[in-house]
Amino acid sequence: MVLENCEIETTVFERPDSLTGTTSHYCPGCTHGIANRLIAEVIDEMGMREKTIGVASVGCSVFIYNYLNMDFVQAPHGRAPAMATGIKRVLPDRMVFTYQGDGDLASIGMAEIVHAAARGENISVFFLNNTNYGMTGGQMAPTSMPGQKTTSSQTGRDVETQGFPIRVSEMFSKLDGASYIVRRSLHDPKHIRMAKKAIRMAFETQVRGLGFSMVELLSICPTNWGISPLNSIKWLEEKMIPYYPLGDYKIHPALAEIKL
Amino acid sequence: MPLKGRIVVTEKYCKGCELCISSCPQEVLALANDRITAKGYHPATMVADGCTGCGICSVICPEAAITVYREKTGVNRIPA
Repeated sequence: MVLENCEIETTVFERPDSLTGTTSHYCPGCTHGIANRLIAEVIDEMGMREKTIGVASVGCSVFIYNYLNMDFVQAPHGRAPAMATGIKRVLPDRMVFTYQGDGDLASIGMAEIVHAAARGENISVFFLNNTNYGMTGGQMAPTSMPGQKTTSSQTGRDVETQGFPIRVSEMFSKLDGASYIVRRSLHDPKHIRMAKKAIRMAFETQVRGLGFSMVELLSICPTNWGISPLNSIKWLEEKMIPYYPLGDYKIHPALAEIKL
Repeated sequence: MPLKGRIVVTEKYCKGCELCISSCPQEVLALANDRITAKGYHPATMVADGCTGCGICSVICPEAAITVYREKTGVNRIPA
């Protein structure tokens, strides 16, 4: 059979331009990689790579500055929203986002993030929630589930002495300054596509000057949970989603007209 | 006739996490047990015909290691 036309194939998917060619340090199956890729895809689609400044936090999330091919700064532990506030106020025409894990955002950085949201800073925050401190060896985080075994709660998190997990999205949805607060998950292709739309909406919120936007992404941490990537996906679906329900917690009325 | 597609796994990135294998609707992916990558993992590979180029493996791949191609419909073919 002879083909008349050389162009017989379309490319359905290829690595986005905004990702560098670096191999990542993430463990096999870690959904940080998916989140990095989604952010790269959205920035490419918006054509904003030259006008975007990212703020990397501390934790596994920090190495995003090696993987995204755009301007980046690194903030001290938990202080990414404070740094992003400064950058956005000095350079209001840039798209500024922070990329933080739950140890960074919900623990040491809780003050910064709450006040950035309360002030309605015009920044986007991507918050990866994997219920532990990934980089330092799986210690208990403010988001660890009741009864969850971590390296610093070896008999399971006891809510009597260690308190209850913090549901960050629900908390921020009560702040007047926040405009777009949603929770998504990265456990299957359908939810990954929904997460991508949410990331796009968060950036659109910022481009329109509507105020603070945050996307919480439920993530897996196979190495520190001590199970395989496939079992981690199952655990996320069965244990995390009932505790951290997915959904839209706050959406600015002006965002309703945006169709993606 | 179902659409035909193919994938190319960039083995430099693949870490053998098996997420693509479990989510492939056609079940045509598997780990290549005959070779390892520079990082020491068995890479994912296409082991059977039947890929439709749906792109689901590339959506779930955490390392953006998979490039997906799909055959165009309506391409004129001249029988040999």
